[in-house]
Amino acid sequence: MSPLVSIAIRFAVLSLVAVGGVTAVIPEVHRIVVDVHHWASDAEFTQMFVIARAAPGPNMLLVTLIGWHVAGLPGALVATAAMVAPSCTLTYFVSRVWQRFRAARWRVALEAGLAPIAVGLVIATGWIVARGAQDTGWVAYAVTAATAALVVFTRVNPLWPLIAAGALGLLKVV
Amino acid sequence: MGPRNGPQAPQALAVPRRSRGTSRPAQSIIGRVSTSGPPIRVTLGELYRGFFHAGARGVGGVLPWVRRMLVEERRWLTAAEFTDLFSLCNFLPGPNTVNLSIVVGARFHGVRGALTALAGMLTLPLAVVLLLAALYARFGALPGIDAVLRGIGAAAGGLVLATGVKMAAPFLRRPRALAVLLVTFAVIALLRWPLVPVLLALAPLSVLAAWFRRP
Repeated sequence: MSPLVSIAIRFAVLSLVAVGGVTAVIPEVHRIVVDVHHWASDAEFTQMFVIARAAPGPNMLLVTLIGWHVAGLPGALVATAAMVAPSCTLTYFVSRVWQRFRAARWRVALEAGLAPIAVGLVIATGWIVARGAQDTGWVAYAVTAATAALVVFTRVNPLWPLIAAGALGLLKVV
Repeated sequence: MGPRNGPQAPQALAVPRRSRGTSRPAQSIIGRVSTSGPPIRVTLGELYRGFFHAGARGVGGVLPWVRRMLVEERRWLTAAEFTDLFSLCNFLPGPNTVNLSIVVGARFHGVRGALTALAGMLTLPLAVVLLLAALYARFGALPGIDAVLRGIGAAAGGLVLATGVKMAAPFLRRPRALAVLLVTFAVIALLRWPLVPVLLALAPLSVLAAWFRRP
């Protein structure tokens, strides 16, 4: 199957199961891109994640970059459209009837039941992104752990640990 | 831009108020602050520009900027309306802020509005990320670039982990939800199982557990 078709099908499916947003399906994107199709290595995946985060805009841009990496500009456009079109169509139609079910018990149960899954997937994403940066051993783990601790326990702007980690990389420490 | 709907137009037409210096006279005249008042008119051009600006400013996440644009700057939605729409977008699959552009665009102009808002939000970020990718393809081999990206990657992973841990806080006192969270993490991150079958199995169980939870 041509890579363009694979990208379109894979990402269209992910679009419809991305409960809690795109961050939640990044582990699955990683599995497809790195483990199943070998379109990129672990390290390349983490690099694309970083580049996508450097651009402004919604965090689905990782998908655009993967499309670009696999099949150039057509790949980027197909990947983006595949990730956006199915969920947007669903959202459009659901938004027209949603208000009616505001207090419905099944709606409350749906939201409460899906929330812990979404959060588990976000933590899995952090794990996978961090793992792609660990070629060089314990220093990189320390950077990951220190950043996580700083963000959880202090109110420091997350930009600072990111800049510091980039500098450590440049100095060949990480 | 249509002659009647520009954000500035109503100010020019403003009738003399029974003046008691309020801080936002123009807005209160055209009803933008009221919850159930007259419908707010937004042109397609305004929709495009509003979401374009929100997307352009959103480094490290668009959500805060979209909210600021919708609720504080342009007043197309009240804070409560925004929270309600966002909880819907958060619950539906797909990129949350992209969904939000669809819902807000559709609210004002149906399908055309949805597509306009979506295009506004994505135009600049898509161009920027493709430019970055092209630069990386050109200069990525320079010594140092990979090293910097790897360093940032280690920290970025930590940042996402921390975000997830913060989001997990409400589940600490709900053992069943916490169990679902941990199982999800383990089978996806550690065992690397495919997501779709995992969701098909876990989601119904978790929703059922929530259904029977004592309030």
